[in-house]
Amino acid sequence: MEWETVIGLEIHAQLATKSKIFSGASTAYGAPPNTQACAVDLGLPGVLPVLNKDAVRMAVKLGLATGAKIAPRSVFARKNYFYPDLPKGYQISQYELPVVEHGHMDIELEDGSSKTIGITRAHLEEDAGKSLHEDFHGLTGVDLNRAGTPLLEVVSEPDLRSAKEAVAYMKKLHSLVRYLEICDGNMQEGSFRCDANVSVRPKGSDKLGTRCEIKNLNSFRFVERAINYEIERQIDLIEGGGKVVQETRLYDADKDETRSMRSKEEAMDYRYFPDPDLLPLEIEQAFISEVQRTLPELPDEKKERFAYEYGLSPYEAAVLTGSRELADYYEAVIQTANGEAKLAANWVLGELSGAINKSGLDITQSPVSPALLGGMLNRITDNTISGKIAKTVFEAMWNGEGDADAVIDKRGLKQVTDSGAIEKVIDDVMAANPGQLADYRAGKDKLFGFFVGQVMKLSQGKANPAQVNALLKKKLNG
Amino acid sequence: MVHTTPIIGMVVKNPLYFSNRGGLGQGATVVSFASFQHHGAPSSMSLDRADIEKIAHLARLAVSEEDIPRYARELSNILDLVEQMSNVDTAGVAPMAHPMEAAQRLRTDEVTELDQRERFQANAPQVEAGLYLVPKVIE
Repeated sequence: MEWETVIGLEIHAQLATKSKIFSGASTAYGAPPNTQACAVDLGLPGVLPVLNKDAVRMAVKLGLATGAKIAPRSVFARKNYFYPDLPKGYQISQYELPVVEHGHMDIELEDGSSKTIGITRAHLEEDAGKSLHEDFHGLTGVDLNRAGTPLLEVVSEPDLRSAKEAVAYMKKLHSLVRYLEICDGNMQEGSFRCDANVSVRPKGSDKLGTRCEIKNLNSFRFVERAINYEIERQIDLIEGGGKVVQETRLYDADKDETRSMRSKEEAMDYRYFPDPDLLPLEIEQAFISEVQRTLPELPDEKKERFAYEYGLSPYEAAVLTGSRELADYYEAVIQTANGEAKLAANWVLGELSGAINKSGLDITQSPVSPALLGGMLNRITDNTISGKIAKTVFEAMWNGEGDADAVIDKRGLKQVTDSGAIEKVIDDVMAANPGQLADYRAGKDKLFGFFVGQVMKLSQGKANPAQVNALLKKKLNG
Repeated sequence: MVHTTPIIGMVVKNPLYFSNRGGLGQGATVVSFASFQHHGAPSSMSLDRADIEKIAHLARLAVSEEDIPRYARELSNILDLVEQMSNVDTAGVAPMAHPMEAAQRLRTDEVTELDQRERFQANAPQVEAGLYLVPKVIE
């Protein structure tokens, strides 16, 4: 039987506020344990939560950027459960009336087409602390620094049909929250994490199958692998005569499998009710308009502008606008390189991206700054160096040997454009290869490439390629 | 001892409790205990032994065996009392989310709390390396 996969994602984005969602404690990552957990975060008696305005502003930003409805009135609710990293015995979240509803986002599929994914809702809530299960004499250690960090939980519609689509959606949202500067997107530190709801059904059926929820996926690779494993598991189960049980599962990256965490029978009964400590959140149109004015150029808008303004292919534009940092880098290169947009795109997507990927660095950590790269491109356009020699210059700049001019000077890489000097090299090559010369003149045109290669080699790549071509043609033909 | 919080939780099931001018959406059931649903008819909300055990477990309260029938009776009485309000026509009345008619005030995003770990941890039964220690929990 042919199966169809149905996936919905719940993504938790930590909001990039300075202080917590309901207290004035710092949200900075990596502080010594419990030094950023104040009386409110600890749930001490007599404290009251007070909502952080910037957390609301950031939620509204995401809502506007996804074409969603901003609720004029939303309500905070208590989600009750017991766990040591949740000192109050409940998490403050939003349940029936979230701040953002009915948004959407387009993702690009592998075949180049795009697909609209619905965003059911996005709600504000507080993060929990961290439990450390390493051995503290058989006890568990609790660090509450993260408790109360603002989260925006973005819930998608079950519109995703494969692990690849799920990853494309997650990457798009990741890029968006960083464009909006509402989340640092650091997945290793848990700033951006994902729960995936996965089910399968016979192709053509419009009834949803029983779903499993895979918790706490904190990398794109794990999301893809966990979902693919889960799809296989569910199909094998059903085809073997079994039934999928609704449950929560955990992905084990080491074993590349998901395993049961708790079944529905043991599922938590959260007993949501409106938090009496918090009044309803009312958002006025004036506030929404104010946030609207702070929205940056969004990824899709930027992509279209790049294609149009810089004459890039849709693919080039999509990759260059994949992150705000890369797009900014690219535009800074163009600025130094006197508007050579296409050349800049080739280098940013080629050598630079290759070096970045190989080194595992972030674009913002590139040892070759936009000014350095742009400066080098200028030496290509003014014929000081060829594109081929530029690769050597780039590598030297990457290794900290200074700017393009310094490298060209120090290593003697300046392109030879003196016709006399090039002709001299050509003469040498022709004299050294009489056999090939005779063959060429007897009609073996393909040997032209051989001669170009030899001339370039003898000139150590420094001869201007266009001049070599022209002069060689003239000389070979006698 | 029964703490009052779970009782509030149950009462909230009746939309009328919050009914007034707010905007919780129509007929919002704010809290629903799954175990209540099999009781069906809204006119009587008697709780049985299983309900009491579940509520007590969810609230992490130890309820002794012999107290269960009394809790079932007394809690059912409270629910019945509140249930009377179901007779009031609340069509078109948006449920309230808070008894006060006001909106949430917002705080400027500033770090105002300084580290007071030593003072807080002086109250904790056991701490080590800055961590609060609790009985081992592995989910």
